[in-house]
Amino acid sequence: MTPTYYLLLSALLFAIGAVGVLVRRNAIVVFMCIELMLNSVNLTLVTFARVNGSLSGQVMAFFVMVVAAAEVVVGLAIIMSIFRTRRSASIDDTNLLKY
Amino acid sequence: MPTDLMLGPASEPSVFAASGVASSAWLLLALPAFGALVLFIGGRRTDGWGHLLGCATIVAAFVWGLVEFFHSTSLPAGQRVQNLHLFSWIPVNALQVDFGLRLDPLSLTFVLLITGVGGLIHIYSIGYMSHDRDRRRFFAYLNLFVASMLLLVLGNGFVTLYLGWEGVGLASYLLIGWYSDRPSAATAAKKAFLMNRVGDVGLALAIFILFAKLHTTQYTEVFARAHTLSPGTLTAIALLLLLGACGKSGQFPLQSWLPDAMEGPTPVSALIHAATMVTAGVYLVARSNPIYDLTSSGRLLVVIIGAITLLLGAIVGCAYDDIKKVLAYSTVSQIGYMMLAVGLGPFGYALAIVHLLSHGFFKAGLFLGAGSVMHAMDDETDMRRFGGLFKRMPITAVTFGFGYLAIIGFPFLSGFYSKDPIIEAAFQQGGWRGWVFGLAAAIAAGLTAFYMTRLVIMTFFGPARWQELKNTDGNDYHPHEAPATMTIPMIILAIGSVGIGAYLTIGNRLANWLTPSLGALQKADNGPLPSIVVTIGTLVLAAIGVLVAILVVGRRAVPVTRPEPVAWPVRAARADLYGNALNETLVARPGQWLTGALVFSDRMGVDGMVNGIAALFGGSSGRLRRLQTGFVRSYALSMLGGSILLIAALLLVRFSG
Repeated sequence: MTPTYYLLLSALLFAIGAVGVLVRRNAIVVFMCIELMLNSVNLTLVTFARVNGSLSGQVMAFFVMVVAAAEVVVGLAIIMSIFRTRRSASIDDTNLLKY
Repeated sequence: MPTDLMLGPASEPSVFAASGVASSAWLLLALPAFGALVLFIGGRRTDGWGHLLGCATIVAAFVWGLVEFFHSTSLPAGQRVQNLHLFSWIPVNALQVDFGLRLDPLSLTFVLLITGVGGLIHIYSIGYMSHDRDRRRFFAYLNLFVASMLLLVLGNGFVTLYLGWEGVGLASYLLIGWYSDRPSAATAAKKAFLMNRVGDVGLALAIFILFAKLHTTQYTEVFARAHTLSPGTLTAIALLLLLGACGKSGQFPLQSWLPDAMEGPTPVSALIHAATMVTAGVYLVARSNPIYDLTSSGRLLVVIIGAITLLLGAIVGCAYDDIKKVLAYSTVSQIGYMMLAVGLGPFGYALAIVHLLSHGFFKAGLFLGAGSVMHAMDDETDMRRFGGLFKRMPITAVTFGFGYLAIIGFPFLSGFYSKDPIIEAAFQQGGWRGWVFGLAAAIAAGLTAFYMTRLVIMTFFGPARWQELKNTDGNDYHPHEAPATMTIPMIILAIGSVGIGAYLTIGNRLANWLTPSLGALQKADNGPLPSIVVTIGTLVLAAIGVLVAILVVGRRAVPVTRPEPVAWPVRAARADLYGNALNETLVARPGQWLTGALVFSDRMGVDGMVNGIAALFGGSSGRLRRLQTGFVRSYALSMLGGSILLIAALLLVRFSG
């Protein structure tokens, strides 16, 4: 198989995720964009695992999923508690920790 | 000078180990030191009897000095130079300094002067300091001074001399600054200490050179081997010793501390700054006579310094109105005579010591008289406010009068016998030296007569100007005669002022006695004038001085405030002939410039570099701090940018090679 299309898709997804993190203000959306980037990386890992006929890439994708799930738990909890105190989910409002 | 040829290394006599009475000569030092120790440690507990202990120890030291003196006179002349080894003081490899005493006619003469005059002044101080609540501490300082001074003259090496030298400097500092609540006294004490330090550096360097060249600092060995030194080294040592002597004795160019030292109590001025300590420079040169005998240029400079100083002191003395400062400049001038005499070498050593002794008597008497006047006049020192005190304090006036007649060289009093031979000896140098130094000494004798007559007239005669005036507390003056503890020492010193000169010089008594220490007194007869002409000429000059003073001061009303403006010679003399200005311009000002420049370079260079680096980091971190905006998205952007850069760098490395 040729990995080209898969890799292009993966790059496209990563770019969308990265741009989303940079330009969106809503914390939930930013969060989802991060998930998008993680999954694009997963796609790359799986693609190369298939190309090389090795399972280690797929195993690593599973690890990423597990870490992402844990991260979602922590991240959503943080977003929830910020929203409760500030009545806002905009990440530009949480700028108190600075110079 | 042709006389150098006849002076050889043989001038150092054989030295004997002390035995018998001489072996307990350490008591001379121990007695005053013990007194000082008890008074210092005992503190206020000794307030009641401290002054008596102080006097008793000095009188005991004087008695013991007499015992040592008569023991010494009972020995044959050849055995009178004795060395008493006490203990090994600084045993460091090549530097072996023994602590010991040298008992010889010179040191014993000084011992009798110091303890004798010192004892009288101690007794005088009981009365003079009776109103001072710290009288006990005053006696502790005086005892410390006497002990140090005795160590100075009795020590058997240059290092022991240096210890005593610094000890008297310390005592002098403490006593000048006795009234430490007065800024002028505190400043005067510091000035004396600092200017003495200049001289002390010279003395210390001379000792270093001696040790470097001869590997010893003991008199016996130094004097025995002085002739092995090169002429240049000898001259250097002689000049450095002279620098030390100038500092201690208030000689040009280090004379300006001595008049300021009059801020101390008057007994201190009498004992330390007239009779004993300031003559230590003369002692140093006389003691080092085997060195000075070998260097005619060194001796010439001593004579020049002496001649300059005796003129300078006499000129400035004519212009001052402060009774103690006039006497102080008179001291400077008289020590100038002694310096001139020791500079004449074997022609003058003994003459200088004779003058030193008679000066010790009459100047101490004059100072005690001045102290008695001040005591009576509520510590007033301005002679323009005195006048007519003869009737109020006859004993003071008469004793002062004898001191006055002695210092102006009135025939057959002490000054006549001690000063006149110096002037003669100066003339007998022959050639231009004889004329220059002889005339300087003779003219200064005339000036001495002038300023002393002026002082006596302004203080004791004429209208009682103080009757119209108030003292500093706003009360009337009530001059009265001093108590017996003060008048008795003055009477004894007055008797000394009358008789000591004749006693010491008739038949060359003192010169013969000092021969084992200083060599025989020689008499050159190549002077331009016969000695009788010099004597009469000096007397005529002195008489002119007295007459001028009577005409200028005695026949006219003395203004209570000093007249301004005055002619330039008076202005110059009032400004100490610019002695202070000279020091200020040549030494103090450049020193201040140097420190200013050093402070500037330190502030700009060293501190500037350190502070500049700190400011650079502080400023740049203050700006870099602004990157922490608190916006998560800007952090994310910088992470992305960083990652891209990193990856780009990796790829570049990977594919460029």
